[in-house]
Amino acid sequence: MASENSINIFVMGKKYEVPKGLTIMKAMEYAGYKFIRGAGCRGGFCGACSTVYRVPGDYRIKVGLACQTVAEEGMYLTQIPFYPANKATYDVENEKAALGTLLKYYPELSRCVGCNTCTKVCPQELKVMDYVNAAMRGDIAKVADLSFDCIMCGLCASRCPAEIVQYNVAILARRLYARHMAPRAKHLEERLEEMKAGKFDSQLDEMTRLDTAKLKELYNARDIEP
Amino acid sequence: MYTPEMKASIELVGRSRNRRLKETFPRLTPDEKQKLLKDFHPDHRPDTLRELKVGKSAGQRVPHELADVLELKSHLDPDTFVLGSPDYEVDVLVIGGGGAGASAALMAQESGASVLLVTKLRLGDANTMMAQGGIQAADKANDSPVIHYLDVMGGGGYFNKPDLVKALVFDAPFVIRWLEDLGCMFSKLPDGTMETIHGGGTSRKRMHFARDYTGAEIMRTLRDEVRNRGIEVIEFSPAIELLLDEEGKCAGAVLLNLETNEKSIVRSRSTVLATGGFGRLHVAGFPTTNHYGATADGLVMAYRAGANLIYLDATQFHPTGVAYPEQILGQLVTEKVRGLGAQLVNAEGEQFVYPLETRDAVSAAIIRECVERKKGFTTITGQPGVWLDSPMIDLIHGKGTVERELPAMYRQYKRFGIDMSQEPILIYPTLHYQNGGVEIDDEGRTAVPNLFVAGETSGGVHGKNRLMGNSLLDILVFGRRAGVAAAANAKDGRSAPSGKVGIEHVRAYHRELEKAGIITDRVSPILLPDYTRRR
Ligand SMILES: Cc1cc2nc3c(=O)[nH]c(=O)nc-3n(C[C@H](O)[C@H](O)[C@H](O)COP(=O)(O)OP(=O)(O)OC[C@H]3O[C@@H](n4cnc5c(N)ncnc54)[C@H](O)[C@@H]3O)c2cc1C
Ligand code: FES
Repeated sequence: MASENSINIFVMGKKYEVPKGLTIMKAMEYAGYKFIRGAGCRGGFCGACSTVYRVPGDYRIKVGLACQTVAEEGMYLTQIPFYPANKATYDVENEKAALGTLLKYYPELSRCVGCNTCTKVCPQELKVMDYVNAAMRGDIAKVADLSFDCIMCGLCASRCPAEIVQYNVAILARRLYARHMAPRAKHLEERLEEMKAGKFDSQLDEMTRLDTAKLKELYNARDIEP
Repeated sequence: MYTPEMKASIELVGRSRNRRLKETFPRLTPDEKQKLLKDFHPDHRPDTLRELKVGKSAGQRVPHELADVLELKSHLDPDTFVLGSPDYEVDVLVIGGGGAGASAALMAQESGASVLLVTKLRLGDANTMMAQGGIQAADKANDSPVIHYLDVMGGGGYFNKPDLVKALVFDAPFVIRWLEDLGCMFSKLPDGTMETIHGGGTSRKRMHFARDYTGAEIMRTLRDEVRNRGIEVIEFSPAIELLLDEEGKCAGAVLLNLETNEKSIVRSRSTVLATGGFGRLHVAGFPTTNHYGATADGLVMAYRAGANLIYLDATQFHPTGVAYPEQILGQLVTEKVRGLGAQLVNAEGEQFVYPLETRDAVSAAIIRECVERKKGFTTITGQPGVWLDSPMIDLIHGKGTVERELPAMYRQYKRFGIDMSQEPILIYPTLHYQNGGVEIDDEGRTAVPNLFVAGETSGGVHGKNRLMGNSLLDILVFGRRAGVAAAANAKDGRSAPSGKVGIEHVRAYHRELEKAGIITDRVSPILLPDYTRRR
């Protein structure tokens, strides 16, 4: 048993005593591991630190992000530093936002058995199976919406019995949606026309020639949109 | 979940709360503020910075931690290093797989160059992935690039380089269009109008965003496109030194495979350095918001090769970073918490600063409370902090306000067993952004021929203080420009190497170190911070 302020964890089967309260990532560093793979943003954004673990008295395999999950007494863990996932290549510009496009690049989509494991393991708590179902119906807007917070950590794909790579389907859907379905920004189009016509050129050039005193004066007098 | 020691301190905070609700802490007088900043703000304190002893910018003041890595030896020993035949030969080598590097690679390839992108971690493991807030661009009718220009200049203290700012604001709408075309999901109104909001220092609502994941959405889209276009990417293989010819022109780089320790040689006509910032140097001992690989590698390599550094005396700190829980150490706590009435109090439950002083003053006051007065709370990992008394918010504005007004933060803390509407949260200033860097022109060129720099590694665009939303813009504007210019440069006969290619510049730099009395066996770039327990 570890002392009052520490716990024992098992990294790939080896026991280490580490202070209580650390994330899995920091507990491993405390134990002496210097990460090469398995650490990226260290803040829950990049999905580099997928970890698989078990806790005593529970037969189930659990998963989480090492940078966001607190190490527990008796945790038996390993990282998944890399997963050989299938990624199709395509030209978003020339594809249609339609079911056919998703199936052309990821035909395995239709193999979904509806087990919901992907949803259960998602550390972002996304409804992964729901967006896979939406993809199978060709509801691309829905896939884009439901998958938006995906950090592409790959845990869903690692547990999928149908070998679907959910997050790669999702990014294809999001890019198709944003490119072909979302309404374009008219004000942006107008601004680009103005800029191409040189509307701001001389004013901008003039700005670059102003001295600090003059710039300060203009800056302090500028009106601020409420 | 708080430890019993923390609970004891929180108890004191709770006990003084009713009294403090009626208390307003006196504001600093201008003189007090000056003194506070001088004594405790990392940027102003004389002991945070020191003069560089060697190199082209010798005499310039930079943070110790940066000087420490700049004044180390190369991984390569010029006496024993033999340049074998190249492992890769390309027109354009891009070093760094963040937003600046990915956009440079895409544009260089589109301009007809053969491109190799090398990066230290995975493609997209980068600060770019972490940006939440947004990206600026003057594309609405009430706004213009001219107004954007003024905002950038004023924000940067007028130190910004005018032609870089001009490029930044001019390209901004084109960058947004480029992203829209690539299928980047900006938050829009049903008619397609971009949703835009204010950011610190903006005079127009020009902050575009993609929900709460702006940087991630941009990064994953660019990464997907780099892969779709078949651009060769080598991960976990950082550059450790640039190669120069006899005239000092850049001719490629040496890579280190982090897994096998094998070195390889890339020969290139143009090289784009886009290695990001230096948060993981933990300037003045601060935690940071930055990703694991933000260790100033680009500054080290470019400086040895003869590039100029500017404005590295100004580092951006945010006063309220998370000090506990450890899991999210250094991450940002929005200013809105203070805006809604939460006070800053020490471990004894007493206020020590008016919570809405300017950011630099609040940071300095928190540091003084912990370091000099020793009245902060120190966690089991040794991280000091003070309490941000968030339960005051519901007392002032009514029950449920925290949950309604700060949903993301509320959820974040909840995940770690902390209900911030009932218990205060522990915060400390956090290192956020490298304002200065390698001096560039408006196409990313540096003082070293054939070497381009883009993104957070560069300096001059933001003067001495970057405004939120201008950095995501910067990396795309200058990443794209550098990519195009690097491709053109590669086709220009003058970029061909003259004489022997090697690391003679490293020999010269080592000699300078020796002359300056710096004797060391340690090497840089440091590549990754070492967080393993020191035994
Ligand atoms: C938490 C956070 C929030 C932010 N929010 C915003 C915001 O809302 N708006 C905004 O505009 N800006 C924001 N910023 C700032 C902005 O995100 C960064 O300044 C910007 O993304 C930097 O882009 P970059 O491409 O220059 O560097 P990075 O994105 O950091 O990419 C650099 C890449 O180079 C790699 N690398 C490093 N060394 C080497 C080497 N030796 N060899 C090869 N590769 C190497 C790195 O691993 C990394 O992949 C934020 C930053 C952070 C950290
Ligand atoms: S390191 Fe990026 S999500 Fe954990």
